[in-house]
Amino acid sequence: MPPILDIRGLRKSYDDGFEALKGVDLQIERGEILALLGPNGAGKTTLISTICGITMPSAGTVTAEGHDTVADYRAARSLIGLVPQEINLEPFEKVIKTVQFSRGLFGKPADPAHIEKVLRQLSLWDKKDSQIRALSGGMKRRVLIAKALAHEPRILFLDEPTAGVDVELRKDMWEIVAGLKADGVTIILTTHYIEEAEAIADRIGVIAKGELLLVEEKSALMARMGQKQLEVQLTEPLDAIPEALQSDKLSLSPDGSALIYTYDTRGERTGITQLLSKVAAEGLVLRDVVTRQSSLEDIFVGLVHEDAA
Amino acid sequence: MNWTAVKSIYIFEMTRFFRTIAQSIISPVLSTSLYFVVFGAAIGSRIDEVEGVSYGAFIVPGLIMLSVITQSISNASFGIYFPKFIGTIFELLSAPINFLEIVLGYVGAAATKALFIGTIILITAFFFVDISIAHPVAMVAFLILTCISFALMGFIIGIWAGNFEQLQLVPLLIVTPLVFLGGSFYSISMLPPVWQVISMFNPVVYLISGFRWAFFDTADVPILTSLLAIGAFTAICLGLIWWIFKTGWRIRE
Repeated sequence: MPPILDIRGLRKSYDDGFEALKGVDLQIERGEILALLGPNGAGKTTLISTICGITMPSAGTVTAEGHDTVADYRAARSLIGLVPQEINLEPFEKVIKTVQFSRGLFGKPADPAHIEKVLRQLSLWDKKDSQIRALSGGMKRRVLIAKALAHEPRILFLDEPTAGVDVELRKDMWEIVAGLKADGVTIILTTHYIEEAEAIADRIGVIAKGELLLVEEKSALMARMGQKQLEVQLTEPLDAIPEALQSDKLSLSPDGSALIYTYDTRGERTGITQLLSKVAAEGLVLRDVVTRQSSLEDIFVGLVHEDAA
Repeated sequence: MNWTAVKSIYIFEMTRFFRTIAQSIISPVLSTSLYFVVFGAAIGSRIDEVEGVSYGAFIVPGLIMLSVITQSISNASFGIYFPKFIGTIFELLSAPINFLEIVLGYVGAAATKALFIGTIILITAFFFVDISIAHPVAMVAFLILTCISFALMGFIIGIWAGNFEQLQLVPLLIVTPLVFLGGSFYSISMLPPVWQVISMFNPVVYLISGFRWAFFDTADVPILTSLLAIGAFTAICLGLIWWIFKTGWRIRE
């Protein structure tokens, strides 16, 4: 099946010469959750805005289910829902009215049953007649999601859905996203919380300075790029690393009870065998050996720095 | 055409208007009553008839125009500026609608509100002065055309404005003087010749004159000229909006 969203050579430059997007190619598969990771100013929001029609692309094309987002914008935009990063809501409007308005704006006939389903799904049904200004920040964010879902989009963009929300609400948000995926909605979310991408995404794209550095299955990315750590726990704590073992890959734990060896699974030789034989030669007695996989965060920081260098 | 979207915008805008309905009615009724008390009763009693009409009645068309023009502009400019200001404009831009539909929704609502207020002022006027309407159909047509054309102008101002000061600037510095000097309270023929010529460059003169003709069958300028003037003004506004639509000026980068 062709991708649900097909982005080819997408560029966005501004009059002052600033290039926010430098030719992005990205195919998004039906029903997946793609997380776009990137530091502030990487071009995540510009990418979303250009796909959704808020800004016009300077070059390149985007098609949603085969509909070009510029030439055939009505068909394309009908498929797409957008939850913006900022809480942009009319303060004096009632929750249900603003959600109904969003549905109408997308040209869909009124459907009270669908609106009720969306509001219940987001735990907003009790608040449906409240004015938006009376809601908490987390509730407002849910209203934004409800507005985006009001017209039954097949593709949903969530721009930093959990920026500035507390841990509990973040977990709620993840559950909401998982529920939408179960309903068959394709989700693209941006975040700079790596744990978020790690927790909910199927694929992860890393974007920096307007370029998509990579897009990969989350598990493959972590396996391929992952640096591992080997912790050699000793029975007798050391004051310093013995001369024979000195290496920039090896460090001593703060209490001296373990040697920590960092290695790359991609390397031809991990150096583990050599390390362990040296440890034995030094007469050190091992209590335990533990390996640890580095998190996405380390991968991400590594990638972005590599790019900057 | 996405008529559902047009209807949604229109209803959304009208809801906001009806939320503050008391203010919307009280303020024009009060200010019109004050005008009638001051100009109609106090000063007006010392002024002769103007073109065969008592002064109190003579100012009715001008007063209606004054309010309708101001209201059309402020409603339409605020209507589109507010989403820009609070950021909800993203929804308009990402929806499957074109600029024409956005304009129809916002301008339609702003014009309706202005028409509503114009009607209220007319009703209020009946309590103060005797007026008869010589050409009722033309009167309604002029009123509606004015509401639409100035709502279009307001829409342009709302798109252009970068802050609330700018939003007030054009109505305050340009529209109010044009309306006051456009013969709301006097007949152009009462002015010295030089000022009569200068007045001919004021588009509002044609509007008020035409509107007054619809009431009293007397006018400063021929009725056809008035119609042409308002038609040209509407065309200019539509042209500007079409250009904004083409270029995405101040809306879509």
